[in-house]
Amino acid sequence: MHAVLVMIAQRLALGGLTLFVVSVVIFGATELLPGDLASTLLGQAATPETVAALRRQLGLEDPAPVRYWNWLTGVLQGDFGTSLATRRPIADMLSARLGNTIFLALYAAAIAVPLSLCLGILAALWRNSIFDRVANAGALSAISFPEFFIAYILIFLLAQSGAFPSMVRLSPAMSFGDKLYVTFLPALTLTLVVTAHMMRMTRAAIINLMASPYIEMARLKGLSPLRIVLRHALPNALAPIINVIAINLAYLITGVVVVEVVFVYPGLGQLMVDSVSKRDIAVVQAIALIFASAYVLLNLTADVLSTLTNPRLMRRK
Amino acid sequence: MRYTKPQSGLTRRRLLQGATAATAAGLILPASYRAARAEPQQGGTFRIGLGHGNSTDSYDPGLIDNLYAQVFAAARHNQLIEVDSDGQLIGEIAESWESDDGQTWVFHIRQGVTFHSGKDVTVEDVIASLNHHRGDDATSAIKQFFDPVTEIRADGNSVVITLDAPNGDFAYLMSDYHLAIMPGTDGRIDPSSSDGCGPYVVENFEPGVEATLNRFPDYWKSHRGHFDRVEILAILDSAARLNALMTGQVDLIDQIDPATIDMLEARGVANILSIPGNAHYCFPMDSRASPFSDNNVRLALKYAIDRQQMVDTILGGHGAVSNDNPIGPANRYFYADMEEKTFDPDRARFHLREAGMDSLTVDLHVADAAFSGAVDAGSLFSETAAQAGITLNLIREPNDGYWDNVWMQKPFVASYWGGRAVEDHMFTTGYAAGASWNDSFWEHERFNELLVQARSEVNEDLRREMYQEMQRLVSFEGSVVIPMYNNYVMATATNVATPERVSANWNLDGFRCVERWWFT
Amino acid sequence: MGLLIFLVLAIAASIPLAWGARAAMTRVLPHEMARTARDMPLTAAFGLTVIVVYVLVAIFAPLLAPFPERAVVGSQFQPWDGTHWLGTDRLGRDMLSRLIYGARNTVGIAFATTALAFLVGTALGILAALRGGWLDQVLSRFVDALMAIPSLIFALLLLTIFGTSVLTLILVIAAVDATRVYRIARSVAEGIVVMDYIEAARLRGEGTAYLVRREILPNALAPLVAEFGLRFCFVFLTISSLSFLGLGIQPPLADWGSMVRDNATLITFGDMTPLLPAGAIALLTVAVNFVVDWQLYRASGLKEARI
Repeated sequence: MHAVLVMIAQRLALGGLTLFVVSVVIFGATELLPGDLASTLLGQAATPETVAALRRQLGLEDPAPVRYWNWLTGVLQGDFGTSLATRRPIADMLSARLGNTIFLALYAAAIAVPLSLCLGILAALWRNSIFDRVANAGALSAISFPEFFIAYILIFLLAQSGAFPSMVRLSPAMSFGDKLYVTFLPALTLTLVVTAHMMRMTRAAIINLMASPYIEMARLKGLSPLRIVLRHALPNALAPIINVIAINLAYLITGVVVVEVVFVYPGLGQLMVDSVSKRDIAVVQAIALIFASAYVLLNLTADVLSTLTNPRLMRRK
Repeated sequence: MRYTKPQSGLTRRRLLQGATAATAAGLILPASYRAARAEPQQGGTFRIGLGHGNSTDSYDPGLIDNLYAQVFAAARHNQLIEVDSDGQLIGEIAESWESDDGQTWVFHIRQGVTFHSGKDVTVEDVIASLNHHRGDDATSAIKQFFDPVTEIRADGNSVVITLDAPNGDFAYLMSDYHLAIMPGTDGRIDPSSSDGCGPYVVENFEPGVEATLNRFPDYWKSHRGHFDRVEILAILDSAARLNALMTGQVDLIDQIDPATIDMLEARGVANILSIPGNAHYCFPMDSRASPFSDNNVRLALKYAIDRQQMVDTILGGHGAVSNDNPIGPANRYFYADMEEKTFDPDRARFHLREAGMDSLTVDLHVADAAFSGAVDAGSLFSETAAQAGITLNLIREPNDGYWDNVWMQKPFVASYWGGRAVEDHMFTTGYAAGASWNDSFWEHERFNELLVQARSEVNEDLRREMYQEMQRLVSFEGSVVIPMYNNYVMATATNVATPERVSANWNLDGFRCVERWWFT
Repeated sequence: MGLLIFLVLAIAASIPLAWGARAAMTRVLPHEMARTARDMPLTAAFGLTVIVVYVLVAIFAPLLAPFPERAVVGSQFQPWDGTHWLGTDRLGRDMLSRLIYGARNTVGIAFATTALAFLVGTALGILAALRGGWLDQVLSRFVDALMAIPSLIFALLLLTIFGTSVLTLILVIAAVDATRVYRIARSVAEGIVVMDYIEAARLRGEGTAYLVRREILPNALAPLVAEFGLRFCFVFLTISSLSFLGLGIQPPLADWGSMVRDNATLITFGDMTPLLPAGAIALLTVAVNFVVDWQLYRASGLKEARI
């Protein structure tokens, strides 16, 4: 157990370093974008004097390193600052959207993870059967359609008849059941997007083990194929499966801006794209940090879990 | 992800009382609208889905820069002056106004109007609201409107504005959508407040997502503001907007993909409103830069574009062909009989030869930020130009930053104008030498002379002649290819009723759909 | 429902096609390869056939396409008929010709992008695993950070900064993809460098180049090939998503990803036009991955018999 704790501590420290690099890269990239907040807020109607006045008010006159330093010291003290465009505290602006983003990610994961595990196990069990081929081809076709296009097809099939709303409008008064109902289509879209990857990995990881001697042994003992897969192969195949689930969860949190746009879902991705186009750098940075943290933490969790499922990994190096 | 080029659209009362103004705003409504039209009824929740709206939108009236912010502002605010459906100026918070010399303007403030907070609207509030856009520290997009203003002071129940030089059109500047009247404290308004004296009270505003408003029971206009509740949603994706309308989740949408208008109409679940105005799409060329400095090159390009094809394909027929003329059919002195430029590859080649060239290769920079369908329009232009021996290299620029880095920076680009109700305003803003939005950098001596003369010409016929000559100059010697006038196209649920006439001055009934329309 | 029937028919038709293709390969190919072909599953035969057809279409596009890539030859959205087999697009260009030229552009761009990403990612990944130390640390931490930034938004940022010519599109997507490839290459290579035979080669005094070329690459090929299959197909999707967010390929180039985007709204009204380019992408994705699966299977079962 001690080794695991050391590993967590090490990885958290590295995660901190990752966040720092991310913030530098994002800050640098946003600085390289043409124009700044003052000119984008005023648009073309702006005269140079107006832009200068707004720049002064927004504190955009300092050189970039100074602004980065100010931002960094603020963040280290737990203050993400205020959005320069809307002058609202960033923490307020983000909290609701972060909640929405996580809700949708968990909802999609709650469908996709069991589904892809089942499909993957069945495909491994009946490998090279018609079921295996069809599930495989179906999953591959699903990921080869662009996300927005899957969303349009689902809307055409399921929303135009009135079965589900095509657009998500959330209100605080909604019950949990209502929330599940109105966000069903985006969750289903994301399910289709991530299932293939997890399913294929589950199948591959299990099949990979099926040739090993101890499985052969179990087979010779006359155990049923299902029992062999579930009790003998799956536990040892968990490490790669957990890893691929973590990657997909991270994607569900950080990569869904297109689905957010189609379903008018107020999540973080849309806010980040908007803020980039308006050069509202404090908001961009805050969201980038949230995304990066999600990524780091999920990967860490996956590594800890797979270490726990396979004690041999603990002794490696 | 739309990026708007903010513009000011203003009409001019004095010039607009002619007969053309009425036809300009005229609109043939579908039968269902006519049948439905009776006395406006009150009630219902009006849900609007707009292809604009950004999570960086704020309450600050000086920073309003997209259709979402404009409609949201019209729902919660009033201005001094309103432009009515016929394009005429009518009093709003200013009950009336006058000026003897065009230099000193007196606006008489309407009494008995209250803000949502319950406070009366006073002369001080009006002055504070105007001063928000004025002065060294002002961060308003229309700051330059106030550059000629030397003084704004109170005189009883009136506001007196003094200019450094006479300007007969000053009153219509006061109808600009940025000039919301808000409560002032110590001579300043709070730009982060939602308080106003408009028809609806803000309940909640989540920038880039939605705004919800409820009817203001004490609204001073008894005949306006028919809905109990208004919800304005930002739906950036055009398919999502269509679906929201078709599944009854919203009652009004804007920016319909022209390719789908007919299919939407065939469904019978929506009414299409297509409102012709002076708005136009264009391709300005930098007249200082080679090869566009040669008028023959510009003419060659003007004959190498198929205007009708543009209207049919890019606008889905919802618009009209323009003859490189920024003055539209809704304008009073529109030159309808000007010699037409049709697609004529031989003529284009002729002009190329006149310019001493056998062939021509130019880059055209486009992005859909310029106008929706700009990239497609560029593709069509490049195809027809190829038939005239002109190689038009299409360069697709990012939407992001288009107005900063491409427009007025690259020599040949796509752009749009909201159109102006008054000829002088259009020419002064976009074609006069040195004007800040003269995006073709065009300087024409005769044109600039005429522009000044026409302002003070009292003889109607002479004035018409002058403006027509100017249109001819812009069309045949100017440096902007203007293939088409685009209609404002919107779609509503079938139970939405509009007045007989829908304003052609800006989109969505001059942003005022929230207070002018109703449910049947 | 119509869609379902179409799918069933398509699957039914592809089985004899794959069977025929396999039989043909067994006949035509030289002896050793013929044996491989005889043993390959029908799915792999089908995948290979599709890939070969796509490549042929891409190479001979100008001969196959009835109309030029960019020419406006009709009015907007003409229905399917004898002249325009698949109708026309929103500008009145022939849909079939656009699809055929699209094969060339799409496959070309995707291949260039993926190849570049693999070249850079694999080289750096193996180098990091082989050298270890500070080089490994610096590279890995930097790649970690880049991967922690959502790839679509990162690509959006870079393309806005550097412009959207085809070259920058390739470079930017390749850069983003290379981080993923680096990670896989490094972890696979890490497992290999601790093997005894590497140690032995090192003791023999072999140089880095030899180690990479003769010892590491051959043993790391299988997982890399699998990744290549998926990455290759994801390039289309990235281009499509980028054009959804307003940045895409330069017109009038035909590209399936952008063609899906351009026509996508039509699906709202049940019009099947956007399914054509989307289907073209899907078919290729399935085909490539069928072949990859087969190769993986062979690699795991018959380690020595690698071609």
